[in-house]
Formats: sequence, structure tokens, C-alpha cells
Amino acid sequence: MPIPLLVPALLGLAFLLLPLIALLVRAPWRSLPEQLTSAEVWEALRLSLVCATAATGLSLVVGVPLAWLLARTRFPGRGFVRALVTLPLVLPPVVGGVALLLAFGRNGVIGQWLDSWFGITLPFTTTGVVLAETFVAMPFLVISVEGTLRAADPRYEEAATTLGASRFTAFRRVTLPLIAPGIAAGAVLAWARALGEFGATITFAGNFPGRTQTMPLAVYLALQNDPAAAIALSLVLLAVSIAVLAALRDRWMTAS
Amino acid sequence: MTRSALRTGRMLQVAGASAAALLTLSACSSATGSDKGSSPGKPSGTVTVFAAASLEESFKTLGKRFEKEHPGTKVTFNFGGSDTLAASITSGAPADVFAAASTKTMATVTDQQDAAGTPATFVRNRLEIATPPGNPDRISTLKDLTKPGLKVVLCDKTVPCGAAARKALDAGGLKLTPVSYEQDVKSALTKVELKEADAAVVYQTDVRAAGDKVAGVNFPESAQAVNDYPIALLKNAPNPKAAKAFIALVRSAEGHKVLSRAGFLKP
Repeated sequence: MPIPLLVPALLGLAFLLLPLIALLVRAPWRSLPEQLTSAEVWEALRLSLVCATAATGLSLVVGVPLAWLLARTRFPGRGFVRALVTLPLVLPPVVGGVALLLAFGRNGVIGQWLDSWFGITLPFTTTGVVLAETFVAMPFLVISVEGTLRAADPRYEEAATTLGASRFTAFRRVTLPLIAPGIAAGAVLAWARALGEFGATITFAGNFPGRTQTMPLAVYLALQNDPAAAIALSLVLLAVSIAVLAALRDRWMTAS
Repeated sequence: MTRSALRTGRMLQVAGASAAALLTLSACSSATGSDKGSSPGKPSGTVTVFAAASLEESFKTLGKRFEKEHPGTKVTFNFGGSDTLAASITSGAPADVFAAASTKTMATVTDQQDAAGTPATFVRNRLEIATPPGNPDRISTLKDLTKPGLKVVLCDKTVPCGAAARKALDAGGLKLTPVSYEQDVKSALTKVELKEADAAVVYQTDVRAAGDKVAGVNFPESAQAVNDYPIALLKNAPNPKAAKAFIALVRSAEGHKVLSRAGFLKP
């Protein structure tokens, strides 16, 4: 094992692991059962799970077709469109939240029509949380699915169409089963990102227990006056993250 | 060059790059260390002030004056919810001065023995209702905020403005369910400025600072929930001399002039 690689590698590993170990060491284990059985924690956890799942569902419905469009069709400005799709990946989430307010807020570019035509306002609602999370998480799914699509052999689809299947049937019956693992991995990534979403959520949807206060918001606010509760909440999120990794173990943990 | 030599060369390059990265990191930390005002006499170097979000405008003005009066100094600010700031100070954030929006959040710091000496109250602040310009919902009392269908934002109860708002509501015997508990007073005000909320309970000073972007409504219950703003030198201040000079400026007649122009009340 070459030392110049081993030393930085171990340093990097330690750097990634130490904060997590500190979380476990400093966890208020004795008061933990009490902390975790409080109604507020479960409310925040339930809301987080529901919103992250809804955001993932929404991402699947529009994200998979978007990935297909980027991977399988040619149109002018495709590279630009792809760059736009990945923009939320690099955008600070708070900026995303502000942008969402300007678009879907009560006075937003689209939001004002939603309000005056349908009486729908999105900020400060659970739907707002789902939208904020979708905005931040969907690019993960699109990128993952697009990568899988590019790696998948298009000749199967071509064969299906030459045998008389329409392009949509070929997509449904041939492409989808072919890229299912990629879609699953993308969905898990998007779900995990949605679960941890903080900036866009607090900016766009505000913070109200049971309606828009997800786990990360609860952790942040608990840290101000009750650090023990914040650590307990963090442990729950850590456990969920480990569960996600376990679900992905075939792809990453056993990567050869 | 042989293959293995090439490989070692590359490795050294990688190692060199990581060493350079580490050096840059340590250079960052030593740069802050050299800012210590170690020379006797005049204050110098950087003063780091953690201050309640409501103090932003007045403290920025005072910071500029301070830099002008003491050439060679630089005031850097960290504005935020007093509770957030207090929590970061007790967990070791390198700050010289802490100006909080309530005695309770200051107590978080003094309880941990993180303040040098006793904090001094330098101003007080009263709550006011902020509404969009022209007050479209014709809010005139605190009770009006409890009208159904009205979107009201409050500060979270851990933040001083939220604690004060709760006190005022209790004083009026009112029950109010907001649409959101914001993490500091400025984000509560922003929701009104963007017209996403119909009203917010914020400080008088915030309403004044927002100019014509919001309209203010006074309510008598606010007298029951006036916040004291304490300021303190921190025990682990990297630059105590300049910090003391900055606190002196805040508490001077000149400082009070700036603060009262922003709407703060005398202690």
C-alpha cells in the first residue's frame, strides 16, 4: 500500500467519521427514550417522511420523462437544458427557497394566479414543503436516471419499434424495466436529499409544528435552547440515513 | 522515465497537493490569530461582534464610525437570532462582543461563564405589528391578528421577539395561531415585505428600518413585553481592547443617538 495515498485516505476517512462518532458519544442515551417519545418529535418525523416520499413521487412522475428527453432525443439547446436541470444541485437551497417564493408565493409570478383563480396559496403549507423538497431533490433523480439511460443499449428499444411497438410502448415495456435499478437508486438519493432539506423549506414553507416543521428544522430550532433534544433528533435522522445506505448497499457498499 | 518512477512522481504530486491544502487551512487560522490587538495603547485589529438581528442597521453605522475613529481597526458582524448566536458562543465561536435582544439569551452565555464581567443593558425595544404598505387588512389592535384567514407570522418562541410576542399575547389574553414561527425577526419581517404574510409581530426598530416596505401598527400590550438589550465583552475575546472600545462607543451619547434614531428606547 503506497504511503502517500494511504495517509490522506485515512485522514479523509477519519474526517468523515469523527463528527458522526461524536454525535454517538455525546448522545443523551439516558434521556433518549423520553426525548424520542415526545409528540413533537414524531410529528416532525412523520411530516418529514410523508413530504420526502411525496417529493420523490413527484420527482419520479416528471423526472423520469425528463431524463428520457435528455438522454434519448436530440434537440437544439439540449446541453443548456441539462445545465438548467442540474442548477438546483449547486444552488444554495436558501436561494432556491427565495426563488420559489418569487415564483409560487402569494405574490409570485405564478402564485398570484393560483391565488386569484383557484384560491391556492402554497407558502406555509405542507404542499409548499413538498414543492421545496422536489425542487432540491429532483435533479439527483434526473441525473441518475439519465446516466443509466445513456449506459443502456438503445438497440433494444430500436428492435422493439422495428417490431411494431410505438415509441411509448417501447419505453414502457423495454426501457423502463431495463433502467429500473437506476430509477430506484435515483429515487433513494432524491428521497434522502428531500429528507434532509432545510434551506429551501424554511424559506419557502416557513416553520410550523405538524404542518411545515420537518426534522431538519426541528433539529435546528431545538439546538438553540435544548441541545440534548437536537442530538436525539439528529440520531433519528442518522438512523434513517443508515437505513437508506443499507437499501443502496448493492450499488455502493459492495462496489468492486 | 520508467513507469514506476512516473507513478511515484504522481503520488508525490497528490501528497504535495494535500499538504498545500492543509497549509492553506492553517494559514487561515493563523491569520485570525495575528489580528489580536496586542500592542498597548490604541485599539487595533479586528473586532468580531455577534449581535441580534434587530441591531443590524444601527450597529453597521456604529461599526463604520468605529473604524473611522480608530484607524487600523475592522469591525466584523454576525447578525442573527440571539438564541442562535448565544448557542454558537457557548460552543466556542470566536467572538469579542455579544449584544443580545433579551436578558434570557444573554443568560445562556453568562451561565456558561463565557462573558467577562456583568452585561450592561444599552437599549430597550418595543414590539409593533408590521403589515404590508397601506395596511390592507385594516389591522389596528393585537386582537385583530386573531381574525380567521389572516396569515400572521411570529418569531419562534426560542427567539427574543417570539418570547416577547407571546408575553404580549398572554397579557392581552389572546390566542393566536400563526402560519409560521420564523427563526429570527428579519425573516418574519421579510415574509410581510414579500406580502406572503398579512402581518408579523416584530420590533418597532424593524418597522422603521424597513421604511415604506411595511406599515407599523402600535398596540398597548407591547408595554408588557419590552425587551432589554444587554451587551457584554466575552471572556475568550481574541481582541478585548478593541472590543471594550466598541462597547464604549455603543454606550456613549453618540451611540445612543444612532440607536434612538433607529427607534430603540433608552434603557
